[in-house]
Amino acid sequence: MSLLSLENLATAYDTPHGRFRALEGVSFSVAQGETVGLVGESGCGKSTLGKTLMRLVPSDEGSIRLDGDEITAAQGRDLMPVRRKLQMIFQDPFASLNPRHSIRRILTGPLKIHGVTSRAERNRIAEEIVNRVGLPPDALDRYPHEFSGGQRQRIGIARALILRPQMIVCDEPVSALDLSIQAQIINLLAELKREYGLSYLFISHDLSVVRYFTDRVLVMYLGRIVESGPTREVWDNPRHPYTRALIDALPDAGNPREVAPLSGDLPGVQNLPGGCRFHPRCPHATDLCRKAEPLIPDNGDAHAFACHHPLPFMA
Amino acid sequence: MPADSTLHKALATSAARTAPQPPAAQPEWRHIHAPDARSATTAHLPPRQGYAELKLFLRNPNAIFGIVVLLAMALCALTAPLLFPRDPLAMVGRPFLWPGQDAAFPLGTDSMGRDVLAGLVHGARISLYVGVAATVLGLSVGIVVGALAGYFGGVTDRLLSRLIEIFQTLPSFVLVVVLVAILAPNATTITLSIAIVTWPTVARLTRAEFRSLRQNDFVTAARSLGFGHGHIIFREILPNALPPIIVTSSVMVAGAILMESALSFMGLGDPNVVSWGSMIGGGREMIRTAWYLTALPGLAIVVTVLALNLIGDGLNDALNPRFSEDRL
Amino acid sequence: MSAVLAVENLSVAFGPARPVERVSFHVNPRETLAIVGESGSGKSLTALSMMGLLPRNARASGQILIRTPQGRVDMLALPERRRRLLRGKQIAMVFQEPMTSLNPVHTIGRQIEETLIAHENLDRAARRARVLELMNLVRIPDAARRIDDYPHQLSGGMRQRVMIAMAVACRPRILIADEATTALDVTIQAQILQLLDNLRRELDVAVVLITHDLGVVSQWADRVVVMYAGLHVEEATPAQLFADPLHPYSHGLLAASPRNSEGLTYRDAPLAEIPGSIASARGEVGCPFRPRCPAAREVCGAVVPPPVPHRGDRLVACHFPGILTEEARLVPAFA
Repeated sequence: MSLLSLENLATAYDTPHGRFRALEGVSFSVAQGETVGLVGESGCGKSTLGKTLMRLVPSDEGSIRLDGDEITAAQGRDLMPVRRKLQMIFQDPFASLNPRHSIRRILTGPLKIHGVTSRAERNRIAEEIVNRVGLPPDALDRYPHEFSGGQRQRIGIARALILRPQMIVCDEPVSALDLSIQAQIINLLAELKREYGLSYLFISHDLSVVRYFTDRVLVMYLGRIVESGPTREVWDNPRHPYTRALIDALPDAGNPREVAPLSGDLPGVQNLPGGCRFHPRCPHATDLCRKAEPLIPDNGDAHAFACHHPLPFMA
Repeated sequence: MPADSTLHKALATSAARTAPQPPAAQPEWRHIHAPDARSATTAHLPPRQGYAELKLFLRNPNAIFGIVVLLAMALCALTAPLLFPRDPLAMVGRPFLWPGQDAAFPLGTDSMGRDVLAGLVHGARISLYVGVAATVLGLSVGIVVGALAGYFGGVTDRLLSRLIEIFQTLPSFVLVVVLVAILAPNATTITLSIAIVTWPTVARLTRAEFRSLRQNDFVTAARSLGFGHGHIIFREILPNALPPIIVTSSVMVAGAILMESALSFMGLGDPNVVSWGSMIGGGREMIRTAWYLTALPGLAIVVTVLALNLIGDGLNDALNPRFSEDRL
Repeated sequence: MSAVLAVENLSVAFGPARPVERVSFHVNPRETLAIVGESGSGKSLTALSMMGLLPRNARASGQILIRTPQGRVDMLALPERRRRLLRGKQIAMVFQEPMTSLNPVHTIGRQIEETLIAHENLDRAARRARVLELMNLVRIPDAARRIDDYPHQLSGGMRQRVMIAMAVACRPRILIADEATTALDVTIQAQILQLLDNLRRELDVAVVLITHDLGVVSQWADRVVVMYAGLHVEEATPAQLFADPLHPYSHGLLAASPRNSEGLTYRDAPLAEIPGSIASARGEVGCPFRPRCPAAREVCGAVVPPPVPHRGDRLVACHFPGILTEEARLVPAFA
């Protein structure tokens, strides 16, 4: 049984130009012990998806199931057990920690409201976690501004771990870090996954990190999942033109210099294209694409894509 | 270079090590990982510097001046009954004594023979009382309203913003006069009226801070950990929103003192106490002959307000994000 | 001197801190030079020095020699009013954050025009024609209509194109792109880098790409300078650097990049890490990379290695260049 499963999830929010559907028909699941990657560029809805499934943003349609329980509409006290199972790591190491709180307070606070009444016990857990993420023990009494970006990210990871969740949504956790620090943090996440039996939803715009760190990957464009499947397969055989463009756009010595893999820009909120959302930028678009939106079939974990004219499969 | 220089030795040792065979310890990148291996030995968490903001504040000579003056005022206010046990409104001497004329009355007497110095010292009490009480009240209401509006947004924000606007569009001093005139003029009503006109400024400021702070990831993190709205508003966001509010509060105290003095000057102050404003009012017809009757209480007001403004500036410099790196 | 820009022994100091220390390199006409480094490497300060835009409390020493039609000039030695004549005309810069580098209250047409107003003597009509020409040059679609748009109406990629149009308006010889594509999506980044390369060839301009992205370096740079903690630690062509990194830092960077684990995933092996951080060497003597270097020896803690030529036209600042390549299995991911 999967740990997390989403079905037909849709989230919309109000803009001056009307109601904007940031997520449309999103369905996927994450199994125990899996790392699922979520890639896409700005405006694709990946951050909204992360926040929606964390129940930080209300969804409009669809269902979210965690460990078999329907949590789509859970509120208030009903959300507390959910919070213990599902946690989040954020992108900006400088904004994700309250500058006025000591690290000890940041880490023991959640323990307090989730029922660890003994202060000694809370401190013990905090010390253990801090050590586990690779920070010196005197870090507990310091404040966030005394730490570097990579260290703050470790604190953020410690905070996410402290309730012993089953799954962690990682929202661009290494995008704001230097390359040499990125490797440290990714390795830390991998170790913690093994040690604590975690599952990750790894949201990133960096395809090379996703290729390394995920078992399955979902590619999003303008609120829809356009391709999904085992990472290796999607990488070796992208079927959706957008996935192909993303992979080709990764700068590499072997790439041609003459022409960019994808032209055009994202459409604005007020002029979303009809039919396939990608057709204005797609080199293979036909009339069918302009009229009818392709839907992604429910293939379970196998390779699936939403395209009327997918790229050929290369054996 | 000399044969026994450290550099020579270092080069010699390394030369020996880099002789034909490959380097001794094969570097193993893959197994050196968190904890920041070598940084643990180089202790690269910088040394603690506690209370940086307080130290910065205390280094500012203007701020020190302000604090000293304010403390002097507070001391006067507290010890007034000890220093001048008699009712300052009592007639105790010949009228219109100039300062220095009579040793018993160092600052002279007024038209009714009342001790000016006693009046000044007792006047500090009402000024500080009204100043601080009105500000505390205004802050309490303003912070709560602004926090709720800024945090919840949507309908709550719209309603509360309209409320703030209504109070802000009414001319403040006129409203205070009207309120005090309707209710009986005494210290309590004056305090309440001033608080009623000053809370909207705090509310707007708080709302703006909350709106911007609410976007930060640490708030999202608090929500995702299960903290409730109350905790997030008062324990997470408010401590970060305080610096501009603190700066504003010192100026608010100054403003309240000025308003109270103006009311007393016009005769709308508490009739049972001596206030600097009422002293000025009482002496205004004799400005040409006994100008010290207006000048001295006037000077007291000026110095107090100046001190509060200097403190406000000092607080601003100390708490300003340019100086403290941890303010978001 | 055939180089169009030569940085000689540039050092920048802020009080006791020396974020840039005796950096020297040159840029040839029509080439793309990449300057690679992470935060704290001093690369952005170097870029600002090249433009003569250092803050007032910075003390810079050394020379920034720019070849102009009037001969060689040293940017650092010039007074501000002379520097202004060079900026835009001989050397221009595109910045990282398209959101904040355009003025939100002026139309983009007006902003592109400003460079023309400052350096050239054209009448209004001629200027407008040039602005449209520039907008077409940077491939802004529907230029005639968009010339009166405000920055907030444009996407990030479009704003960067506007910035590039402003930068090349007066045909400078040198264009510095300081992390110009870091804030952009990867498909837009590809477009912008391709545009810069086109402009390089069409307008005969040398491009200095400041980046932390090794992939960008491999695809677009002709030569690369690696900086660490304010020092110039390696210089080579991308092919040379990726096949055979001589400095342990370059080696570590390449090893730590997820691209290099072609085919391997986190279930197979951890990424190679560089332990510690750039702050590890604060206040120490000798090579600044020593605390993080697995091959450090005693001399590394005593003497700062200067950049010296190695294997022909490569430069490396290390007492033991190439020491890590002998044993590490570096899977070359770049041609």
